[in-house]
Order: sequence, then C-alpha cells, then structure tokens
Amino acid sequence: MDMFQNILLTIATASTPLLIAAIGELVVERSGVLNLGVEGMMVIGAVCGFAAALMTGSPWIGVLAAIIAGMLLSLLFGFLAISLATNQVATGLSLTLLGIGLSGMIGENFVGQAGIRLPNLDIPVLTDIPMLGRLIFGQDPLFYISLALTAGVMWFLFKTRTGLTLRAIGDSHKSAHALGINVLKYRYLAVMFGGGCAGLAGAHLSLVYTPQWVENMTAGRGWIALALVVFASWRPWRVIGGAYLFGAVTIGQLHAQALGFGIPSQFLSSLPYVATIVVLVLISRNRRLTVMNTPASLAQPFVPDR
Amino acid sequence: MGIADHNSVTASNTTPLLDVRGITKVFGSLIANDHVNLTIAPGEIHALLGENGAGKSTLVKMLFGVLDPSEGSIIWKGEEVRISSPSEARKLGIGMVFQHFSLFEALTAAENIALSLDATTPISQIADTARRLSVDYGLPLDPDAMVGDLSVGERQRIEIIRCLLQKPDLIILDEPTSVLTPQEANKMFETLERLKAEGKSILYISHRLDEVKRLCDTATVLRHGNVVGHCNPQEETATTLANMMVGTDVQNASRELSQAVEPGEPLIEINSLDRPPATPFSIPLRGINLKVRAGEVVGIAGVAGNGQGEFFEAVSGEALQNQSDSVRLNKVDCGRLGISGRRLVGAAFVPEERLGHGAAPGLSLSDNMLLSRHTTDRKTMLGTLGYVVTSAVTAARKRVVKEMDVRKSGEDPEAAALSGGNLQKYLIGRELDRKPKVLIVDQPTWGVDAGAAARIRQAIIELARSGSAVLVISQDLDELFEISDSIAVMHDGRISAPLPIAEATFEKIGLLMGGAEPGHMAYEDVKTAEETEV
Repeated sequence: MDMFQNILLTIATASTPLLIAAIGELVVERSGVLNLGVEGMMVIGAVCGFAAALMTGSPWIGVLAAIIAGMLLSLLFGFLAISLATNQVATGLSLTLLGIGLSGMIGENFVGQAGIRLPNLDIPVLTDIPMLGRLIFGQDPLFYISLALTAGVMWFLFKTRTGLTLRAIGDSHKSAHALGINVLKYRYLAVMFGGGCAGLAGAHLSLVYTPQWVENMTAGRGWIALALVVFASWRPWRVIGGAYLFGAVTIGQLHAQALGFGIPSQFLSSLPYVATIVVLVLISRNRRLTVMNTPASLAQPFVPDR
Repeated sequence: MGIADHNSVTASNTTPLLDVRGITKVFGSLIANDHVNLTIAPGEIHALLGENGAGKSTLVKMLFGVLDPSEGSIIWKGEEVRISSPSEARKLGIGMVFQHFSLFEALTAAENIALSLDATTPISQIADTARRLSVDYGLPLDPDAMVGDLSVGERQRIEIIRCLLQKPDLIILDEPTSVLTPQEANKMFETLERLKAEGKSILYISHRLDEVKRLCDTATVLRHGNVVGHCNPQEETATTLANMMVGTDVQNASRELSQAVEPGEPLIEINSLDRPPATPFSIPLRGINLKVRAGEVVGIAGVAGNGQGEFFEAVSGEALQNQSDSVRLNKVDCGRLGISGRRLVGAAFVPEERLGHGAAPGLSLSDNMLLSRHTTDRKTMLGTLGYVVTSAVTAARKRVVKEMDVRKSGEDPEAAALSGGNLQKYLIGRELDRKPKVLIVDQPTWGVDAGAAARIRQAIIELARSGSAVLVISQDLDELFEISDSIAVMHDGRISAPLPIAEATFEKIGLLMGGAEPGHMAYEDVKTAEETEV
C-alpha cells in the first residue's frame, strides 16, 4: 500500500505548480484581463527562487524572491496591457518570450548546481501514520499553500464585496466604470496577484519538484495552467479537479511506461494533453456553463472615455 | 467640494437644488450642448425633452460626471462644483438610471444591486434586502435571477432600484417607463410622487409626452444642443410639446386607409406552437394559436418577460419547431426552416436588440445590409462566384437611408455610431426594402425618439396596406393602439385571442396583461365576464 501512497504523493507534487499558477491566472481573467505570459512569469520565478535560495541558503527567501520576480514581470505586462491598452494576446505572448530569455540569462551560472529543497512538513506521530500520514501531514509546504490559496480565492470571489467588484469588472468594465469603480486599479492588483502566483508556481518547480535549475524547466506548464482556467470554466474549485486530473494522467503515464504495456511511449506522453482537449470539448458543449462563467470583457482593453 | 454644508442650504426653498449655467460641450466640430441653462428646484419633477441627438444624453452625462463640460458652470445647492466622476456625483447626491443599462449580465440581480450599496451591507443579506426594497418600490423582481436571463423591463427595474437605494437628492431617469405596463408605470409614478413629497428632485427624460404632462412640474426642451424653451407641461398639449421638440409638426401615423382595405388570406399562421424553456430562466410557450391576414397589423402586448422573446425566436427561426406546420409563413410550412429559409419564403424579421442582434455594432451599415440579405438577395448582392457586389450593397444602403431618413455622420459609419432611433430606422428599412410579404417586429420603437418612432410606425402601416401581414410585439400600448388592427396579449407563455381595435381598451388589455387570475383569460372570457356584470 505504500506504493499507492507514493503514487498519490507524486501526483500531488506534479499538480501543485499547475494549481498555483492556474488559480492566479483565474483571478486575472475574472478581472477581464488575459495574461498569456504565465509561462514566462513562472520560469522567471523558478530561476529567481533557485538563485536566491542558493545565495542566501534559505529556501523561504527563495520562495519570496520568486513571488516578487513574478510580480515585477506582471507589472510590466500591466503597464503595457492596462495602462497603455496594448493588445493583451500579443503582450502576453511576448512576455513569455521575454521571461524565457531573461531566465536563461539569469540562470547561466546556476546550471548544474545542486539546489536547496524546501523541506517537507514533518509532524511527529501524525506524519508516521501508515497509508495516509505522509499524504496529509508530510508534504511540502507549497502543497498546503496551494490548497489554502484555492479556498481563499473561492471565498474572496464569491463571499466578499471586493471579489464581487472584481467579477463585475470582468463582466463589464464599462458598467463598472459608470458605477465609479476604479477599473484600472483592480486590474493591476489582479494581474500582480496572478504574477505572484506564477512566480510561486515556478519556485515549486526549482525548490521542490526538481531542486535545480535547468533552462526552460517549466516545460509548458504555464500553458497548461492557462488551459486549466478555461477547463475549470473560471470556477476555482474546478481548477483543483483539472490540475489533479492532469497531474494524475502525467504520473499515470510514467508508471505505465515503466510497467511496459507495449504501448508506444510517445502516445502515453501525449495522454495528458489529449485528456485536456477531451475535457475542454466536453465543457464547451455545455453552453450555459461556459457562457454564464466566461468573463464577458476578457481580453478587451479598457480606456475610460472622458 | 460642494458637499460641505448640506443642511443649511437645502433648508431654504429659494436656492435651486441644481443650477446649470451656460454649459457647453464640444466634440471636435460638433457642438453637442450650446450654452444650456437648466434650473431644478428641490422637490420638483423636471422634464428634459428633445429628440435623439438633441443633446439630452450629453447634458445628463456632464451632470453625472461621465463627461467634462467644455465651458459653463454647475451650481449644486448654491455652490459651484466640478463633477469629475460618477462616484463624485453620487457623493454629492446625484443618482442616475441609464438608458443603456449599466448592469452586469453574469451576476444576479441582488449582486448587481449590492454593487451600488454601501460597503457595510453584509453580502449574505443582499438578496433579502433587494427583495424587500423591490416590493417597497412597487418593482417586484427575483433577486437570485441572473441578469443575463432577464428581459429588458426587468433589467430596468434593477436599474431603478439600484439608483433609489443610494438615497440621492436628485434622480436622473432616462426613459424609465418605456418597458413597463400601464399598471407598472402607474406604480412607478406613485413611487416618484412619494420621492417628490420627500423633497427629492427628479430629472425625467421621456419621449412620452402624456406622461410628462401628467407627472412633471416644469420642462426644458432641447433641440440641436440648444434650449428652445422652458415651460410648464400642464399648460401645454402633447402636440405643442412635440412641435417644440421637433421644430416641425409631428403627425401621428395614420390608419385612415385601413378601413378601405379588406384583409386577405392568412399569411402568418401559428398553430398550437409549444416550446419547452430553452434555459432554466426562460418561459415555455404553451399552445399558441394566431393568424395574421394579408393587409393586417396584429399587435402583441404583454409585460416584459412573458415569453415574447421566446415567441419571436420561434417564429423567426432562431429556434426550430418539431412540427413543421406549427409556423406557417406566406402559406409555407416553416417550422423546420432556419432564419434564411424563412426569409426566402418572403418573411422579414427585426429583433428587439438593435446592437448585437439586429446589427453587428462594429460593422458598417453596408456590411450590416449584406449580413441579413446575402441569401434573399443572392442574385444582386453576390456575384456568380459568391463575391460581394459592392455597388449593389451600397445602392441598397443608400436607398434605405433615403427612404427612412436615417441621419448619420459620414457616408457609411459603423452601426454602433448611429443613435438608437436612426439605427432602428435603418434596420426596419433594411427589411422593408425587400418588400416582404410577412414582417415580424419585436419592440419596433423602444428607446426611439418621437420623430423616428412616427416614421417607423408609418412605414409598418404602409407595408400592411400594400398587402403584407405584420406582427408587432411591443410593450408600448400607445404604439399598439396606434398601429394595430387587433391586439393579442401574451402572458406566461400563452396568447389571448386578438381583440379588434374597435373593442380594445387600455383596461381590457391591462387586465389580460396582468394575467387576470388564474393565469390567463381569453377574450371570450372577458366578454362573458362583462356581460354577466351588466
């Protein structure tokens, strides 16, 4: 049964960065901004987190550095896409390219160095409970943070006034402006939250998942996080489902390859992406679900008319 | 700013609540407001009259802080103020109900209201607060309904409640009754009278002159950005007011010819049309039967949200029927045909929403012409290989613009750049240009100024007189009485038997619109009920 717990643990580790990045992007998109630069912010977070941890010796300072780095990059996006009202798709794409290039430059001297891993939680007695102890009480801190973040975003969006205002802006920035809501301020804050989350997700990769720096180590996870937001039809709890489904298929196919079922490994490797497409199609069939939840002003720049 | 000394200033009745002096707004070369003066006393209902494009919206936007005046001053409670944003206006005590709704479609009614309440109201109590307030103000609504699923009328109720909740001293209402039943409008007038008695002032924008006469104490009339008169509406007639607004004589659409023409064979036949609700919030259609003969205009009255939208979709082919004979247009079974199929048999449709449904807002008028006529006018508008014959489309556009007197800036502007009335004239004209045998229109003159409305109604009647069958769905009873040969009422997805116009009265129609418990009463029942009373 320990093998079962091990599989679940690896699934959780594979899913956590997706969940963190996706939940951040969900808040951004709920405010009506589409930031396609998640991949870039994530990879910057990964390299800055790794470097800061290595230089200071503290993985927590690394985590903090990753969040700040993600936020700074998102601030650049915000300046372009929100203040200057540039095309969000193009700006987001170039942000990703910038992030990948910049991270390669920053990380040049760190390639191949042994990193510092963020220690797992260890509560005497509880962590040692057989079967589930490590799963519930013995994982890395970011796993718990990711779940708390999701719960927090759920509460924020649907139970607080500020969250309601944010959703309102995403639905119609013009109406929100007419109500006297400062659309640009909310969008900046949302974009920075998304940037911080993407940075944190990057830190998970370089400080927990594989504690080292490899160029381009996000390997498309930022894009998957973007797909997960649509997949979840902009509902936070569905992001958990999506992230873990994706994580499970990723880990599952690795185990299947190891067991050697005689299925071509390329096919197995593509399974997570196939699964994403299938679910996206199924979700899009339910028109009501998507129409009601899609932020209506998504990716539309807002220029207050005076 | 000017909020400083609330009480001392309002105490004296001689100080006007709002005094606008020589306000001017210039957009490029266009002078939208030219030295406009407007004075509103506390506890007064002040009408602002004018055709679309007269500058009413510009004036009101400056008062509400949406636009900056180019010149002139606004004096609020005796002190000069600069209103730089809507929230500033709200802080001063100015509330506004917009003509183009500023609601959030993906949020519930309660959430929409909550966004206008002060931040201390707990979010869990909003639904209850909203329900209570809506009953208080005589504007019932379901707080948990998603706004996207509500009809125009219901949305307007939310807007009004939302504005009243801020307890403003001056309430700006832009065309508030255009989607209410007479009974609902009466209730709203009571609410307004009550607010007036409480000392609130109201700036009331309307095209319904009888309403203005009934409700308003003073009126300011705008034409082409200038004030053409201040008057007491009680001392004027609807005609003199209309003449002031338009500058020329406005004539009611005339149905005189109608008596001469004998209705022909039925061209619109709806036979026991049923439709299950398409979304959890929409109204099912139940056994609808209706006939409209050639040369006839049949009006469908009803309170917003009783299935008119669903009915229009079913008849126009946006939603298909199971039985192909449940909708017969121009003597062809159309139940299984889509919109283009139905157009090909000679039918034309004009939906309720102008922007986004009737026209693509970002496309030019020519492109919008092609969008609805590429199938019916394939021969002229599309060449042999299917490429667009620009000259034919342009010619059609010019024809419609001329025929319907569409006023626009530029040769071929985007649909969204036209005022509501002019775009509606264009959309109606686009269909009429085909000389359809069957025309079905949903809310032909909603939010359209008096001049344009008269033109549209005249065009509808002329089409019927030329031998076509016309079905008009409208929430404006005055309009239906003006143009219809008979009026049916829609309530809860059912339709009453049409009442010939000679027998129809506001009371009878109002009774049917209210549902005449339980649920629905056919005309025959009303007649029997009256007879028994006698």
